Amino acid sequence: MSALLDVQDLSVTFHSPHGLVEAVRGVSFSLQAGEVLAIVGESGCGKSVLCKSIMKLLPESAQIVGGRILLKGTDITGYTEREMRRLRGRAFSMLFQDPMTALAPTMTIGRQIGEAVLVHRPRLPRAALRRRVAELLDLVGLDPAAARLCPYALSGGMRQRSVLAVALASEPSLLFADEPTTALDVTIQAQVLDLLRAIQQKLGTATVLVSHDLAVVARAADRVAVMYAGKLVETGTAEEVFYDPRHPYTWGLLRALPARAREGEPLYTIPGMPPSLIDPPKGDAFACRNEYALAIDYEEMPPMFQITDTHFAATWLLDPRAPKIEPPVGRWSK
Amino acid sequence: MTAPLLDVCHLTHVFRHGRLILRAVDDVSFQIQEGEIFGLVGESGSGKSTVARCVMNIYRPAKGSILFQGIDICDPRQRRANQKLLQTKRQLIFQDSASSLDQRMTVAEIVAEPMAIHRIVPPRGSLREEAKFQLYYVGLGEDCLDKYPTELSGGQRQRVAIARALSMEPALLVADEPIASLDVSIQAQILNLFRHLQEEHGFTFLFIAHDLAVVRYLCSRVAVMFRGKIVEIAPTGELFRDPLHPYTRALLSAIPIPDPQAERSRPLPPFDLPAPQGVLTEAAPGHYVLRSP
Repeated sequence: MSALLDVQDLSVTFHSPHGLVEAVRGVSFSLQAGEVLAIVGESGCGKSVLCKSIMKLLPESAQIVGGRILLKGTDITGYTEREMRRLRGRAFSMLFQDPMTALAPTMTIGRQIGEAVLVHRPRLPRAALRRRVAELLDLVGLDPAAARLCPYALSGGMRQRSVLAVALASEPSLLFADEPTTALDVTIQAQVLDLLRAIQQKLGTATVLVSHDLAVVARAADRVAVMYAGKLVETGTAEEVFYDPRHPYTWGLLRALPARAREGEPLYTIPGMPPSLIDPPKGDAFACRNEYALAIDYEEMPPMFQITDTHFAATWLLDPRAPKIEPPVGRWSK
Repeated sequence: MTAPLLDVCHLTHVFRHGRLILRAVDDVSFQIQEGEIFGLVGESGSGKSTVARCVMNIYRPAKGSILFQGIDICDPRQRRANQKLLQTKRQLIFQDSASSLDQRMTVAEIVAEPMAIHRIVPPRGSLREEAKFQLYYVGLGEDCLDKYPTELSGGQRQRVAIARALSMEPALLVADEPIASLDVSIQAQILNLFRHLQEEHGFTFLFIAHDLAVVRYLCSRVAVMFRGKIVEIAPTGELFRDPLHPYTRALLSAIPIPDPQAERSRPLPPFDLPAPQGVLTEAAPGHYVLRSP
C-alpha cells in the first residue's frame, strides 16, 4: 500500500540576520490514510515549520534545501503556488493553535464555514450550502443554530470546533493540527481530542497532531514522533514510545510531566536549553543536555537504529557496543 | 492562630453588559496564612482571575471585603493611607510574559523599574547591580541584562517577570496562570523555581491555575472554583485523596495520563453540572465543601 504522505529527508532553512537557521534537518516519515501521527517537541524544535513546509505556507525567507515530499505517490516538492492552491483544502487542511485569531471576528461562523465550502464547490445553490454548513456543524458537535453567532459569542472549545468545521469543509484527506488544544482548558482538551479521533474514524482523514505535551498526545495518537533540534529522534507506535522509550530526550520529556511527580520531590527537568539551529553542533544535538551521553555523541550524528518494524530511535545508546543503561521511565505503573 | 495575611470575606464581583448581569465572583471567602502556597483552580470563566484582580485592587468588588495584613483594601481611605505598603508588598505575575514586559526596555531596566518608581536606594550600589542580583536569583545570567524581551525565550521571559516581582520583596505574590503558556519541559523548571524561592524567601503565594496536576506539586492548600463560587477548599493531599464535590471529581479525572492504553479507555467526565448552590460546610478538619443546607 502506498502511503498517503511520504516525506523523505526533508531539510528547511531560514535566512536570518544572524545566519542561516537549519530549522528542519533531514526529516523522513510517512503517513498512511486514516492514521493519527503526533509530532512532539519543545518550542523551536521545528515541528510547526515541518507542517508548514509540507503545505508550503512558509515565509519568503524559508527554503526547502533538500528532500522530497510525496503526496499519494506524486512528488509535490517543486509545485508552484498555483498548483499548491489547488491542493490546499482539498488534499490538506490546517488547524491552528489559537482559534480566536484563525476566525474573522465580525463574521458569523456559518458564513465563514460557507465561504470555505464555496471555494471548493463554487456553484452550490444557497439551500444546499445551508444544509452543508449545518451538516458540518453537526459533525463537529455544534448545534446548527450556532451558525448565526459571531466568534466572540463562543467559548474557546466551541471556537476550536468551528475552526475544525472550516478545515473539514472541503473534505481533506490530511489534516494538520498545530497545538489544537494548547489554548484550551484541561476540561475541554479531552473533548476536542476525542472529536479529532471520532472524525478521523468517520471520514478516514489522516491527522498530523503537533504538540509539546506528551500526555495530551497519549489519548489521540496511533504513532508518535519525537522531534528535537530539527530532527526526528524517536518514532514508534504510541505504545512503543510510552512504554518502551529509547531516546534519552523522550525519557526527559516523560519525566518532566507534573503528573509523574511525587509529593515532596522536586520535578525532573531537562538541564540546559535546546541548541541554536544556526550552525548546530556536529554530533548529537542533545548530547550536551544528556546525562547518558557517550564520547561519540559529541563527534558523530547517530543514525536511526531500528528496534522493531515500527520503532526507530536515533541514539548511540542503541549501538551494540554501547553500555547497557536501564531507562529511568517505562511502563506507567505507579 | 495568628491573623491571616490575606482574608477575603464574601467577595462578590459583577460585570454588567447592557441588561446582562454576570456574577463573575459570587460570595467567595478564603484566608491565606503567612508562608502558605494557596492554589486557586477552575476552568476559564470560573472567576479565578477576577478574584486575583480584586485582590490586587484592579477591580473594585461589588460586595465583600479583602483584608491584607489587617488593611481593608476595598476601603478607599485605608487604601490611600497605606498606598506604598500595598504597592510594594503585593506583586502580580501575569500569564503572558510577552505582553506584560515592555518590549522597548532592556531586562535590566524592567527589573529595576519598581525600585526606581518607589525611590528605593539600591542596597547593592546601583540599580544595575540590583537587577543583576535579582536575575541571578531566578537563574538568569549577566548576559541577559542588556537584552530585550523579544530576544528571550518564553521561559526566560517568565523568569524576568518573576525577578521584577521579587525585587520588591513582596509579602504576597499573586501568580495568574504563570506557566500556562510555557512548554512542558520549561513548566517544570519554573515550578521548581517557585518552590525554591518560596522556601528561600518564605513569601506567601496565591497561585492560579487551570491544571490540577501542577497545583498538586506546588500548593499546600487548594480551592476549586466553579461558576463564580468556591465549591471545595482542602489541604492538597486530602483534596486528591478524597474529593467531595462532583465538580472537583470531574476536574481530577480530566488530568491526562501519559499512558496511551489507560488514557484511551478513560471515559470523559461530565462537566455540564448544574450551577453550584449551598454553603461551605466543614466535612473534615480544614476540608470545606459546598453543600445545600
